[in-house]
Amino acid sequence: MGADNALLAIDSVSKAFGGVQALADITFSLDAGAITGLIGPNGAGKTTLFNLITGVFPTDTGQIRFDDRIIDRRPVHERVQLGIARTFQNVELFESMTVLENILVGRHTRTRYGILASMIRPPGVGREEKKATEKAIDLLDFIGLGEYAHRQSSDLAFGWQRLLELGRALASRPRLLLLDEPAAGLNIVETLQLGTLIKKIRDQGITILLVEHDMSLTMDVSDRIIVLDQGRKIADGTPREVQENEAVMKAYLGETRQNP
Amino acid sequence: MKSSTLRNIIYYTLFALIVIICGKTVENAYYLQVLTFIGINTLLAVSLNMLMGYAGQISLGHAAFYGIGAYATAILTVHYGFSPWLALPAAIGAAMIVAYLVGMPTLKLSGYYLAMGTLGFGMIVHILFREWSGVTGGASGFVGIPPLEIGPVNFVSDKNYLYLVWGTVLFTIILCRRIIDSRIGRALRAIHDGEKAAAAVGVDTRKLKLQIFVFSAAFAALAGFLYAHFVYFISPGTFDFITSVRIVTMVVIGGMASIWGSILGAALLTLLPEWLHAFSEFEMIVYGLILMLVMIFLPRGLTRGILSLFERFRRSDGR
Repeated sequence: MGADNALLAIDSVSKAFGGVQALADITFSLDAGAITGLIGPNGAGKTTLFNLITGVFPTDTGQIRFDDRIIDRRPVHERVQLGIARTFQNVELFESMTVLENILVGRHTRTRYGILASMIRPPGVGREEKKATEKAIDLLDFIGLGEYAHRQSSDLAFGWQRLLELGRALASRPRLLLLDEPAAGLNIVETLQLGTLIKKIRDQGITILLVEHDMSLTMDVSDRIIVLDQGRKIADGTPREVQENEAVMKAYLGETRQNP
Repeated sequence: MKSSTLRNIIYYTLFALIVIICGKTVENAYYLQVLTFIGINTLLAVSLNMLMGYAGQISLGHAAFYGIGAYATAILTVHYGFSPWLALPAAIGAAMIVAYLVGMPTLKLSGYYLAMGTLGFGMIVHILFREWSGVTGGASGFVGIPPLEIGPVNFVSDKNYLYLVWGTVLFTIILCRRIIDSRIGRALRAIHDGEKAAAAVGVDTRKLKLQIFVFSAAFAALAGFLYAHFVYFISPGTFDFITSVRIVTMVVIGGMASIWGSILGAALLTLLPEWLHAFSEFEMIVYGLILMLVMIFLPRGLTRGILSLFERFRRSDGR
């Protein structure tokens, strides 16, 4: 956990909404190339933390560094450009578009040409489009949706919509991938396949921060787990360490548990 | 990719053929004039459709840019003796600058609030046209706008003007289609589908909304330029709130996010008042009723509505 090769560093970050302290003095850093599970009861501040990292709203105090750059005040789209991608708890696909087009929009930050070039169409535009389409089809094959490229995204079964959203996030070639409850609404088989896919993504060198309520999935794929409760970090360690942690049990099961 | 390019070329050729056939066969000056007005309205509808249908941003101030184009060329050619062809880039440039300045604060708004913001802007511009009489001629209008000519070709004859306007429409449609079938077009549709998700994949939503707002203002100004040099006389009433609403109606009736549909929408809204003169004082009632019926029975606009009716007909025929 050396701070030296940390990809993401969260330093004493706090956030309040009105009178509610959503996050209080959170500090941790993510090493490159690992899967970190972020768990905690409802209202613990997991999604708030995601929104702070991706830039949906600013931090109150503290600092967020990505790849040794302070990103606190940068807008959402610039952070994507830097290499932070995310999926949403409630799948947010572009429903008027095909599967392929959803992936192509995901590549927005990795393609360059602007509105004037789109009208004049210099030869570079055609090349860029062709390359983008090829890469998008490769990516669809990787997530297993290759044969549905030209389907309307809203026509896909729910599990595949989740996969597509994951693919769209990967299309921006992120270095850090934030997954917000990717297994919600999936059946057991789909969840197992998702676990395999998440590990495959990590093996490509992408760092993953995973919020997930499915404990067996989280414990299975995570190299490390951070536990939040009521806006505070209460535990941080390997899946085994966290499972045996006293404070974690209290947070999940309440005060009733007595030591014999 | 390839097949869609081919399909576009076929559409463009068909379009050009229809325009030429109209030009060759229609002799009646009144019909030529109505066809030209349909072309000008199509420019307005297509440009607004880029903003409304694709990026999903409602503007109730589109007539303001139409008016800026018309008044800019009128003022420059009549007061300052500019050639209309020099006034054209100035008129478009003026509309683009105004759109940029207005868009910066207003495009932070969305939904009803954006509609209200652009509505207010449209009203201010309309009042300027009416009250700044030293420059704009005030409520009585601006007379003596010169006709267009390029060397030996003049555009006084209605046929030449028809070709000029519909040629411009084709040019505009090609540009719009190119934007739509590009990285920019996909990002615009992404904003329409969900602004939060669009930002999350790296689309600079504010910048892109502003760009497309400026783009649509430029083509509204081009329509204003063509209008001014067609009728030689402009007055503030042409560029008021009602006109903005009519342009929005053209887009909705033709079909949101349908470029070809905008032609149908513009045609219907230009032709209806002409056809309905027979109803004299009931004209507006029938007009409103027809628009209501279209929206009730073809809620996704004329193009998609007619296509799906056709589909249904074909399917029931096959059984």
